[in-house]
Amino acid sequence: MSDVFLEKLDDHRWLVPQSGRMRVPGIIYADEGLRDLLHHDDSIRQVANVAHLPGIVNYSLAMPDIHWGYGFPIGGVAAFDLETGVVSPGGVGYDINCGCRLMATNLTLSDIKDRISDITNSLYGKIPSGVGSTGHVKLSVRDQKKVLEEGARWAVKAGFGSGQDLETTEDGGCLTGADPAQVSARALERGKNQLGTLGSGNHFLEIEVVERIFDDTAAQAFGLRKDQIVIMIHTGSRGLGYQICDDYLALMVKHQQETGIELPDRQLACAYLASPRGRNYLAAMACGANYAWANRQILMHITQEVLEKTLRMAPRELGMRLVYDVCHNIAKIETFTIGGIEKKLCVHRKGATRAYPAGHEDIPARYRDVGQPVLIPGDMGTGSYVLAGQEKALAETFGSACHGAGRVMSRTQAVKSSRGRSISRELADRGVLVMAGSKGTLAEEMPEAYKDLNAVVQVVHEAGIARKTARLKAVACIKG
Amino acid sequence: MIAYQFIDHTADIGVEIYGRTRRELFTNACRAFQDLSLDRKEAVTGREDVLWEEKITVHGSDIADLLVNFLRELLYELNAKKRVIILCAIAAVSNNKLTARLLFESYSPKRHTLKAEVKAVTYHGLCVEKTGSAWRAKVIFDV
Repeated sequence: MSDVFLEKLDDHRWLVPQSGRMRVPGIIYADEGLRDLLHHDDSIRQVANVAHLPGIVNYSLAMPDIHWGYGFPIGGVAAFDLETGVVSPGGVGYDINCGCRLMATNLTLSDIKDRISDITNSLYGKIPSGVGSTGHVKLSVRDQKKVLEEGARWAVKAGFGSGQDLETTEDGGCLTGADPAQVSARALERGKNQLGTLGSGNHFLEIEVVERIFDDTAAQAFGLRKDQIVIMIHTGSRGLGYQICDDYLALMVKHQQETGIELPDRQLACAYLASPRGRNYLAAMACGANYAWANRQILMHITQEVLEKTLRMAPRELGMRLVYDVCHNIAKIETFTIGGIEKKLCVHRKGATRAYPAGHEDIPARYRDVGQPVLIPGDMGTGSYVLAGQEKALAETFGSACHGAGRVMSRTQAVKSSRGRSISRELADRGVLVMAGSKGTLAEEMPEAYKDLNAVVQVVHEAGIARKTARLKAVACIKG
Repeated sequence: MIAYQFIDHTADIGVEIYGRTRRELFTNACRAFQDLSLDRKEAVTGREDVLWEEKITVHGSDIADLLVNFLRELLYELNAKKRVIILCAIAAVSNNKLTARLLFESYSPKRHTLKAEVKAVTYHGLCVEKTGSAWRAKVIFDV
């Protein structure tokens, strides 16, 4: 339970007042209903804790999908001055560049209504998923280094997908500054056989149908239309990313005293951005980010092959194309206007999605008139949203929006409340075919374990951070 | 005295570990990690299952840091090396250093079911304390 008092700023924002050693106040985006959920856990305290870190600019922010994480809350956004500020591996999370990739097709629901079971079975058979899953892509030491340096670019060169895919991937699927020399042997070992795998937990591959269009212009630019079949992939950097975060967190905890920074939670361990340790972490983190982009690029390619084979369609007929790929666990150097002056800052997004508005030079030319696609997956039963970044994101949230619905129930609670029920049957009744490696995962990930995605998205829409463009309904879901 | 119990955390899984001595606390931490990560489908039978025996030494800036570093070693053994611990004998443990003898068998889907993909052992809300004559620790795992 949180003991921090929240002050209402307007219909969508709550102030966490500056107190004690906080360097700035916090702001949480939520409506009244979502605000009430915050008091069930310690996430408000975590927003306040992040505000203790040196060099934090303006506010410690949290999106409406905020929930209790470790160190930073999930849904947390914080930007730091490059000279006086810090980078914190806990502000990125263990799953570096966990993110979403949305692919459009030429298919409509009526085209595949009778084949959904076949397609899902084939995808489940070909896409390695589940705890500790290993992939078919075997890498030499040299190739592994290339993956870390080049990300999705390596995957395209290796024959997974096309160069066009890179145009609609955040940062072109390759974060600059990656240095494999900063990645430990342990991290390389944990990532060795996991490229091209989905993983477990909340990671998934979902077949979805465009249920509703809210904004015709943006939807048209993104190539989305009503009743169209699309595929959403949610996964990240697998064991490699977990180990990179773990290595640097342990290192920073060990040397925290040297920095002279007092922390309210060890998980906030950090290093100055200008220090060798801070720079090394960013170089290693970029390797993790690139591994994740290569991973999603490979998964997209496998998905395309499976669909073409199962439906006996030529690539042109299937028309699979990448709408966008965004990361939601990352620390990046981006430019913002602070007090009228353009400034480079290190923005941490831990469970938050970049949401650049129309006109921004870092979004693909074809989307520049409408804004960057923002992909927001929900629970298995609800589906997902596609939004378009808006001006207020740049002005208020360091170009960031929410990343999902956000958990409201712990895994243990979810398992308890699922006893005596068949979650897969319940989902089938709602028109969603689910295949999962274990019943435990299904129970933990049941729809009630999450906040109402519609409410979460409505907050970012009404707050002017990202505009609702399309709602996608889940048809079939593969869980690890 | 119970050895450990899992506790609620919204996104992850926490565990409270108990022990009359530091040695018992760390042995129970190993058991809790095993319980969180996997199920054994059958009892250990015969010597052929025991493939490795290793001595490990772990350091920490204090006992809480030592516990996290110990669990990090166990996690690495399982996730990267695919080795399942079947016996953990703590030889010595102080507030800053632990030595242990570990017996491993290789992970096999026939014999083991992985229950959760434990990404990492976190420092969030970490505590190790001695109350009266017993030790108690709290650790949150990222799953």
